[in-house]
Amino acid sequence: MINVVQPGFFTTIQDMGRFGLRHFGVPVSGCMDRDSARKANLLLENDPSDALLEITMTGPELIFQLATYITITGAHFPATVNSVEIPLNTVVKIEAEDRLQFGKLQSGFRTYLAVKGGIQTEEILNSRSYYKPITVQNRLKKGQELQCEAWPDFDPRLSSYQVEKETTANLLAFPGPEFDMLQAEQTTQLWNSEFTVAKENNRMAYQLEEGIGKHSKTILTSATLPGTVQYTPAGKLIILMRDAQTTGGYPRILQIREKSLNKLAQLKTGDRFRFKKQAYEV
Amino acid sequence: MTDFKIQIQPLGLHALLINWPDKVDEAILKEMLRLRDILVLEGYHTPEWDIVMAYRSLALIHNAGAISYLEEKVKVEKYFSQAKDNGEIASMCWYLPVCYDEEFALDLDEVCGKLSLSQESLIDLHTSTNYRVYGIGFVPGFMYLGGLPEQLESPRREHPRPLVLQGSVGLAGKQTGIYPQDSPGGWNIIGNCPIPLFSLAVDPPCFVSVGDQIRFYAISKAEHELRKIEAEVGVYNLKSEAV
Repeated sequence: MINVVQPGFFTTIQDMGRFGLRHFGVPVSGCMDRDSARKANLLLENDPSDALLEITMTGPELIFQLATYITITGAHFPATVNSVEIPLNTVVKIEAEDRLQFGKLQSGFRTYLAVKGGIQTEEILNSRSYYKPITVQNRLKKGQELQCEAWPDFDPRLSSYQVEKETTANLLAFPGPEFDMLQAEQTTQLWNSEFTVAKENNRMAYQLEEGIGKHSKTILTSATLPGTVQYTPAGKLIILMRDAQTTGGYPRILQIREKSLNKLAQLKTGDRFRFKKQAYEV
Repeated sequence: MTDFKIQIQPLGLHALLINWPDKVDEAILKEMLRLRDILVLEGYHTPEWDIVMAYRSLALIHNAGAISYLEEKVKVEKYFSQAKDNGEIASMCWYLPVCYDEEFALDLDEVCGKLSLSQESLIDLHTSTNYRVYGIGFVPGFMYLGGLPEQLESPRREHPRPLVLQGSVGLAGKQTGIYPQDSPGGWNIIGNCPIPLFSLAVDPPCFVSVGDQIRFYAISKAEHELRKIEAEVGVYNLKSEAV
């Protein structure tokens, strides 16, 4: 068991998502930055679909009731166990009654905390991922207890990995189904200018500050995916994220690649990036 | 046999999108459902694949990694030619109770005024049509319904409400529908359906499928209360028939 002393700003339980229910309008959900989450589970030799904590902007304070091993990946977020700093991207041994705390976020936006064997909260529709109202909660609460197994002994094959420093913030994007509605000057703007993450950004969608001009095209509601870039009549761009609706009525002008979507999940309000054009191999 | 042509395009590296001509048409919906049935039989089913249909498009989404678009496209084209030849598709008509009492029907008076209809004739019109489910999305269990009588077309509310109650039945433009959960909303609310469109108390959590029909019928406040309690414990007593 893990006690949640403080939940942090927005900490949720996530796994790889809730599949097979999109035809009922159920979003996939799951980790915003799947790459980082996968690495945390990998070091602990967990199942890739094991649930972990997704920590956004400020960290929780947790007390472990049992001995286990943990790994922290994703955003650069200094963490301490009993006030002693622990390495990130590394398997760390935890004893019963250890207290885990986080410092100030240095870079990135979302951190993943995996425990050996995965967090064992209740599965709803085959997933532990928080998504209200499928799950009662949308984030951790103070005083909550998280089930997990005791794991007194573990000898990892690989105990840490080096993180490559990201130098550019380019999001690789394919033209979307309604890309052809754009005028030449709009496509130039799309591929050549910088965009800024607006303050309206969450697990459902990231809005962008810069628009590309009004339009009056309407489409019949059609499927959307995480990574779909919608273009509203007011000219705004909205990038759908993991908790996004399964269908939408706005033109879909881009589809962001999975690995770039993971990268986007590490950007926060005010961060800037460019779209980089990808062509389908057809 | 129809002569609709389809257009297939990639939707990222994990999915493809099949588009029919850009219109709302039951014949398109039926052809799409036949293709869906063939795809499921051929192994394109959950949890590895998701199929999301809405109006005139079908998205085939692979949940387990990138697909080979060209290979899948060729297969889908073959299945599409088979979908042309097949006969009827199985669908259900669901009879859903709606209480049009003023306690729920917050905008009934106003809408009746705008449309120059008595409350009685508005309710008659709303309950005299079989609506077609053209899609499910937006939030879990939300149905996009087609077939609203023209006399009931009314503009959305100028100021959306921050909270519309679960089960609220609304009118907006050419659409009518049910809010499956408490949410903000701008539709004109004319009643409430006590049967949840999405519930974890039953399996599957949503009884409606794309292609089904919905028929509303009016119930009293007392019956609404009873049906709501029943639904909360997972008893539905839903009236339905194969159509």
